[in-house]
Amino acid sequence: MERATPRGEPPARRHNAPWADALFSALAHGAAWLTLALLAGIIVSLFVGAWPAIMEFGLGFLWSKDWDPVQEKFGGLVMIYGTLMTSIIALMIAVPVSFGIALFLTELSPRWLKRPLGVAIELLAAVPSIVYGMWGLLVFSPILSTYVQAPLQSAFQGVPLLEPLFSGPPVGIGLLSAGIILAIMVIPFIAATMRDVFDVTPPMLKESSYALGSTTWEVVWKIVLPYTKTGVVGGIMLGLGRALGETMAVTFVIGNFNQLNSLSLFEAANSITSALANEFAEAGEGLHQASLIYLGLILFLITFVVLSFSRLLLARMKRGEGSRS
Amino acid sequence: MNLASIRLASIGAGLAIASGAVLAQDMTGAGASFPAPIYAKWADAYNKATGARVNYQSIGSGGGIKQIKSKTVDFGASDMPLTDAELATDGMIQFPTVIGGVVPVVNIAGIQPGQIKIDGQVLGDIYLGKITKWNDAALTALNPGVPLPDAAISVVRRADGSGTSFLFTNYLSKVNAEWKAKVGEGTAVNWPVGAGGKGNEGVSAFVQRLPNSIGYVEYAYAKQNKMSYLTMRNKAGSFVPPTDTAFKAAAAGADWTKSFYQVLTDQPGKDSWPITGATFILMHKVQDKPVNAANTLKFFEWVYVNGDKMADDLDYVPLPASVKDLVRAQWAGQLKDGSGKMIAFK
Repeated sequence: MERATPRGEPPARRHNAPWADALFSALAHGAAWLTLALLAGIIVSLFVGAWPAIMEFGLGFLWSKDWDPVQEKFGGLVMIYGTLMTSIIALMIAVPVSFGIALFLTELSPRWLKRPLGVAIELLAAVPSIVYGMWGLLVFSPILSTYVQAPLQSAFQGVPLLEPLFSGPPVGIGLLSAGIILAIMVIPFIAATMRDVFDVTPPMLKESSYALGSTTWEVVWKIVLPYTKTGVVGGIMLGLGRALGETMAVTFVIGNFNQLNSLSLFEAANSITSALANEFAEAGEGLHQASLIYLGLILFLITFVVLSFSRLLLARMKRGEGSRS
Repeated sequence: MNLASIRLASIGAGLAIASGAVLAQDMTGAGASFPAPIYAKWADAYNKATGARVNYQSIGSGGGIKQIKSKTVDFGASDMPLTDAELATDGMIQFPTVIGGVVPVVNIAGIQPGQIKIDGQVLGDIYLGKITKWNDAALTALNPGVPLPDAAISVVRRADGSGTSFLFTNYLSKVNAEWKAKVGEGTAVNWPVGAGGKGNEGVSAFVQRLPNSIGYVEYAYAKQNKMSYLTMRNKAGSFVPPTDTAFKAAAAGADWTKSFYQVLTDQPGKDSWPITGATFILMHKVQDKPVNAANTLKFFEWVYVNGDKMADDLDYVPLPASVKDLVRAQWAGQLKDGSGKMIAFK
């Protein structure tokens, strides 16, 4: 091996003022701690605001379905159910569709289509949520009620277990339409994340697999997906977080109905965020307001649990990877 | 725009703010959204006439009450009057400004505005979920000869807390015993059935979207959007359509002399519309800022003298002259500054 000849002196070490480093470090630390402090502040103020309701209703709030501002009896079950159910519907639709989009964009799409299609999907994320809400109410829900709900209802008539899910008035306002609108809203997030992580799969792995005779599906299912599963789960959780917290679009199509009489997906319902948006401005001080803040606290906890759960899932996947290799 | 002109503009803006503060003619108010359009119109006309500015934030009645209680505004506005006891606890007075009505509206193919007649009992039963079809015997009995469809009624109501809902539920509580027992009255109640829309426009969107639906909106909103209203039976037993005269008749029937806590629902008089209500202004009795209070009173005095035409134009109903005189007497007798001196408004 040939030894390189020295090319003169190394550049002189630049002297920064010693306080600059300290200042930068303090700023960076400060930014991180400020975020934590804000988070703690939000939790504390939610607790303080919700305290009258927590004292009055305790944990029973979680499974009581009363919501009666006149009698000052409050329970969050209807809203909690609505929030979880719409998010679940949204994910059930959005995950497979997003997977298909990402698969198409990374593996199947002709080169000239990739960019425009990718940009179009990202643009979906930029549409304001109130636009989705109005579109959902005025355009989408009539279509849904005529072409989806009515056929579903007649198809599942008499089927045990499933029939109650599709009973109720097929008017296009309720859990199902809210869930579908949410799905449309979270698809860009999940699809964009999936596409990005699919793109970083090393070509060597994919090409080796192709060389061994795999089909495109086998490559995606057995090579790309296992390689990128942490990213995929992360994208899904991002979408779920968005679905749980979405307010404006949901309030338009969910029907804002605070009763839980049936499990029907067609029935008007309510979600935590929608109840907050509608009722907070006019809620008198006292239990009504405290109960709404209690609902906010519960939403916070739900989001927290979802995030922790996804972390746990990711950690477990990583361990699994280690043991297999 | 170059830098110099930006600087000039900002200096100008600063001057404007400073001069406003010096003149101290500005007043701020917050609250009910129902009268917000007329308050904005009055404020604009008043500004042109006198140069004083009224800053009104339409944040909802509940918010208005909170703001005036914490004294962050000069006046609060609420569609729901406070009881005399509540006013006494917070040391406030209230007075009405304009009257409006709540109108049930429907969306049924082939039905003309005003063609369907209804009374409070039946309306309450629909909102209780007891009457579920348009051709229910109770409805056909009130409407002989009207082609009511054999279709389920889609009930629509407000999702947000509102003065409109307060008037509506207050009326139903007066005329439907079961409603009073099960649901009661308030800006937000535990609705037994129905989809909730946000604001008048939300209810209107739902009603127009759902076939065979019924909802309720402010009169001005129903009129401007040409919605299909119902004719209602009033306390005297006659059927009336919602009109300015019907609201005036309801307001005339109330006894304002003892208290301004008047909910004008289910009023006597053969011409009165049964779901009528005034909207109110709240002020503190003892004023920390007497200059602002005087400005506020001057504004409302000007409105009482000059504002009726503008109210008419926007489909609100002005107060009867007798009620205005009672309000003036209350201003003169009850509003004081810190030293107990009366606040001038003329």
